[in-house]
Amino acid sequence: MADTDTRTGHLAPAPAAGPYPAGGGSGAPTVIADDVHIVYKVHGAGSGRGSAVSALSRLARRTAAAGTREVHAVRGVTFVARKGEAIGLIGSNGSGKSTLLRAVAGLLPPASGRVYTHGQPSLLGVNAALMNDLTGEKNVVLGGLAMGLSREEVRERYQDIVDFSGIDEKGDFISLPMRTYSSGMAARLRFSIGAARNHDVLLIDEALATGDRAFQRRSEERIRELREEAGTVFLVSHNNNSIRDTCDRVLWLEKGELLMDGPTEEVLAAYEDFR
Amino acid sequence: MPQTLAPPAPAPARAPAPGAAPDPELRALAERHGLAVSGARPPLPEYTRRLWARRHFIAAFATARLTSMYTTARLGQLWQVMTPLLNAGVYYLIFGLLLHTSRGVPNFIPFLCTGIFVFTFTQSTVLAGTRAISGNLGLVRALHFPRACLPIAYTLIQLQQLLFSMGVLAAIVLLCGVPLTWHWLLMIPALLLQSVFNTGLAMVLARIGARSADTAQLMPFVLRTWMYASGVFYNISVFTQHAPHLVAVALNANPALIYIDLMRYALIDTVRAGTLPAHVWPMALGWALLSGAVGYVFFWKAEEEYGRG
Repeated sequence: MADTDTRTGHLAPAPAAGPYPAGGGSGAPTVIADDVHIVYKVHGAGSGRGSAVSALSRLARRTAAAGTREVHAVRGVTFVARKGEAIGLIGSNGSGKSTLLRAVAGLLPPASGRVYTHGQPSLLGVNAALMNDLTGEKNVVLGGLAMGLSREEVRERYQDIVDFSGIDEKGDFISLPMRTYSSGMAARLRFSIGAARNHDVLLIDEALATGDRAFQRRSEERIRELREEAGTVFLVSHNNNSIRDTCDRVLWLEKGELLMDGPTEEVLAAYEDFR
Repeated sequence: MPQTLAPPAPAPARAPAPGAAPDPELRALAERHGLAVSGARPPLPEYTRRLWARRHFIAAFATARLTSMYTTARLGQLWQVMTPLLNAGVYYLIFGLLLHTSRGVPNFIPFLCTGIFVFTFTQSTVLAGTRAISGNLGLVRALHFPRACLPIAYTLIQLQQLLFSMGVLAAIVLLCGVPLTWHWLLMIPALLLQSVFNTGLAMVLARIGARSADTAQLMPFVLRTWMYASGVFYNISVFTQHAPHLVAVALNANPALIYIDLMRYALIDTVRAGTLPAHVWPMALGWALLSGAVGYVFFWKAEEEYGRG
């Protein structure tokens, strides 16, 4: 997409002016990122791998690093997020948004720099814990437990989760294996499970792009609720409208660097110009 | 509330080089509000507490994996019984009917099947453990939980499969004319100790397997060698009688052999206590404690690295 020159200086007139406001901020800080760099090691990149001869010569020369490439996904991002904020993350594909979220969640340790958080931020990504061969019912329980709910909490919230997802509106689908669901239904169930818990810091990666119109409205509402109950919400999205509807502050990442940090309208305007 | 940006901070104050020391100002801010470094490894007691809090997740995960394992097969869960039965059938065909290799072992079929089933428990736990992290990267990268949940869950899955095998085994043993005695109760401690031993092993290999994918390719060969050294198909005393003392001691200390012998001792009345390796119960306990403790600590040491690039 926007893989042209980033023209950093030209674009951001007041780039990330003091990402840690001295005092005056609204609430207590919930997430502090201090010069975060994230480097992925990718095995099997480049040539060499696969060919037995080159693998042997690598062993002989003791250069294990060959075939391994480093990807510098996030470069020196610094910001302070406060209680009550909903922060959108925007940027073109591959700009490091999801990677940054994982670092905030503590799932991907930064190569250098620090992320301080209040409590345990959770990624709204219960998908990975769910299994397609299991029924919706069992997945609700499994997903809830995977997120750290107790068995009693899962039992209490079970009906709410099913009702919110709207899976059963068209018949008894919850007792069918998830592989029989349409992609929209599966996404709705996933969101409902993930949003069933109150989080100190909630990280959402493109979750709103799924489901039909009615469900999108419901989930935006739920995010607002979560934000009031909890603290801080981070939202990664390519849909500027959903960012506009839910977020009051936006971080713009490009090629792993924080290009702009400010009120939603300002940053979105600059971003739309840029595209 | 829009985040009002403070007046531009003095430029040189930030923008440190990559790998620079943490900003003291931000660190102070974090400390003032009680923020902790994200994703830091908790101390061992706290880790254990969190692991215990996730016990229901471990059980649910293991059950879910088990049910989804056979869900598309038409015979479904029946395979849990069929697999060990077919295994026993194959070995009976080869060793019992074709080769007549009982080599003076009374009750050879029960002897053989016990060996195979017990060793298979360790073998498949090790194989599953090797992939416990590397096969669940999606889960590890998305959710927070003590990673030790995964190797433990995989051990549970294998234990459950073993229990099905033991049911089959009991039927085979009784059909071969071995009487049902109180001795059978000894199966329980033997199985418990072996499970702890296997869990430790699974955790060690989960960490190694998370690091290098080559481990998963290598393990089958290591395991096969181990199997032949564990007296699964024959009585190990064939070797130990004539081997040098040290080799005999080493062969007899093999944990797989110890757990197999204990199970045979519990099940088969013709296996007398005198034929077991010396100090067999203390050895079984020692191996379980050693493997469990070492595996747990070894796994915990790398907790924050799992799921990394």
